Amino acid sequence: MAAVTADQKTQSTSGTAKAAGTEAGPAGTAPEAADAALLAAFDAAVAADDRIEPRDWMPEAYRATLVRQMAQHAHSEIIGMQPEANWITRAPSLRRKAILMAKVQDEAGHGLYLYSAAETLGTSREELLDKLHAGRQRYSSIFNYPTLTWADVGAIGWLVDGAAITNQVPLCRCSYGPYARAMVRICKEESFHQRQGYELLLALSRGTEAQHAMAQDAVDRWWWPSLMMFGPPDDASSHSAQSMAWKIKRHSNDELRQRFVDICVPQAEALGLTLPDPDIRWNEERGQHDFGAIDWTEFQQVLKGDGPCNEQRITQRRRAHEEGAWVRDAAAAYAAKHTAPSARTAQPAQPAQHVEETA
Amino acid sequence: MSAALALGDDALVLSHRLGEWAGHAPVLEEEVALANIALDLLGQARVLLSLVGDEDELAYLREERAFRNLQLVEQPNGDFAHTIARQLYFSVYQHLLYERLAAGDGRFAELAAKAVKEVAYHRDHAEQWVLRLGDGTAESHGRMQAGLEALWRFTGEMFQPIEGLDAAGTTAAADAADATDASATAGTAGATTTTEAAAAIGTAGTDGSGVDWAELEGAWLAAVTATVERATLTLPTGARTGAWAAGAGRQGLHTEPFGRMLAEMQHLHRSHPGASW
Repeated sequence: MAAVTADQKTQSTSGTAKAAGTEAGPAGTAPEAADAALLAAFDAAVAADDRIEPRDWMPEAYRATLVRQMAQHAHSEIIGMQPEANWITRAPSLRRKAILMAKVQDEAGHGLYLYSAAETLGTSREELLDKLHAGRQRYSSIFNYPTLTWADVGAIGWLVDGAAITNQVPLCRCSYGPYARAMVRICKEESFHQRQGYELLLALSRGTEAQHAMAQDAVDRWWWPSLMMFGPPDDASSHSAQSMAWKIKRHSNDELRQRFVDICVPQAEALGLTLPDPDIRWNEERGQHDFGAIDWTEFQQVLKGDGPCNEQRITQRRRAHEEGAWVRDAAAAYAAKHTAPSARTAQPAQPAQHVEETA
Repeated sequence: MSAALALGDDALVLSHRLGEWAGHAPVLEEEVALANIALDLLGQARVLLSLVGDEDELAYLREERAFRNLQLVEQPNGDFAHTIARQLYFSVYQHLLYERLAAGDGRFAELAAKAVKEVAYHRDHAEQWVLRLGDGTAESHGRMQAGLEALWRFTGEMFQPIEGLDAAGTTAAADAADATDASATAGTAGATTTTEAAAAIGTAGTDGSGVDWAELEGAWLAAVTATVERATLTLPTGARTGAWAAGAGRQGLHTEPFGRMLAEMQHLHRSHPGASW
């Protein structure tokens, strides 16, 4: 955690310097007074539910929080490809295989949107990937759990994507424009994936005895980790209050978790599957479901890097990146040789024999 | 109708190989591109196999001796250049073949007209990468050349006439013989249905697309040569047909990696006989 904090500080400082350099008041104004005016304008914009856009001034901590959250979100999309891709080559029907391939492809696309959105804050995809590979930025702890059977693909769609949607739909109204707009598109596709996951589980649940058992086992293993996706309880969540004040976040972790449980209980019933929590029951007084205690020790352990697949996931990601370096180098070298002179005024001159060719 | 099986198996098997890249690509854009191509091919495979029988029975319950795909498409991915070399050889072939089928009035004309748009994109993707890798760095140049060399011996097979697409030499008897062969080598779990599929193959008439295989081969060689040379690479010189070159996938003789690929692909489906998914 210390590394991430230091890292945020570096990024946010450079971001503020850039904003102050271009948008601060007339020369000679005291920096404090200029900052106070900018901060007042920012606060007013947030209060009025206006969108903050990349060129607007923003507090450095706001920028840092967004970079951290959006990077983590982007990283989750690409690490999240692994547990599902694990089953592409073994999908039991061609229809399911096509659905799964399309889903994993969408996730790569979501990663691309989110890195682009994060880049509007003055960072770069390369920089963020380097931080992921160095363990300095996180991804969702859920992807450190293994996919052991085909039914896990359905449980991920139903529960993991379901939890993600519950978390992310409010982000469509997030105060930072590029993030909010990315989420509108991502949420549409995620809802589609979630329905497909549900439908996959339904087919298993209504299938043979062995298929039903496979579905139940997957739900048993994915239920609690899915609840952990909403983050620590409100009284232990360090970023929540500030994020809510900035309207990055609209609801607390516990509120969203409760909403998710209330959605899932009837869906589990319709699926003909049970949730692995004997304490789930309808609370007439609250108009919500009560549910059992989450094992926060496990959550902390997975977060610290000691979950079942942490090592495997990051190793595969690093390996793909390292083994692909020569491909990226080749693309860059080719582009340098074949880009027209007018399009690369900032670059050093290229060998003459390559310049006239524009591929 | 064995033509549908041959073309369908090509698409099915190459799609599977490309699916193995998910989560391993050199850059995110290639995760998207390779999955996209894999999906297109899987879509084509599903249409083609459905012309023959039940797509899942055909994909999951035949053993390797009953598959009719080219040996080229079953080759393991290797490095990115190896995958791109396989993709170049196959996409150019598929594009040229489908263009011809689409222009004709055979039973594959409509299907090919639809698929040819996808395949044109696959071909462009492969050609662009051959250029980038060939004319990129010294390392990428070497790897691209090695990929082209390694797969060259599998390219002659593409121009062996496919029964049902061949205007001249096709007879129902040849199709029936082929189908009998397919059912004889099918796995026990799928024996009944594969026999039904085989019967369907046997009773189907010829396509009459009239593909001129020699002309196709000439067009393929010209296109591949142009790309390879533009990429500052050298066209391989080894044998493409004959005793020491590969090329009997269309007869159900495959290379060693193929059995493992099928084992992985079919394992779950075969573990739950009769289940639906």
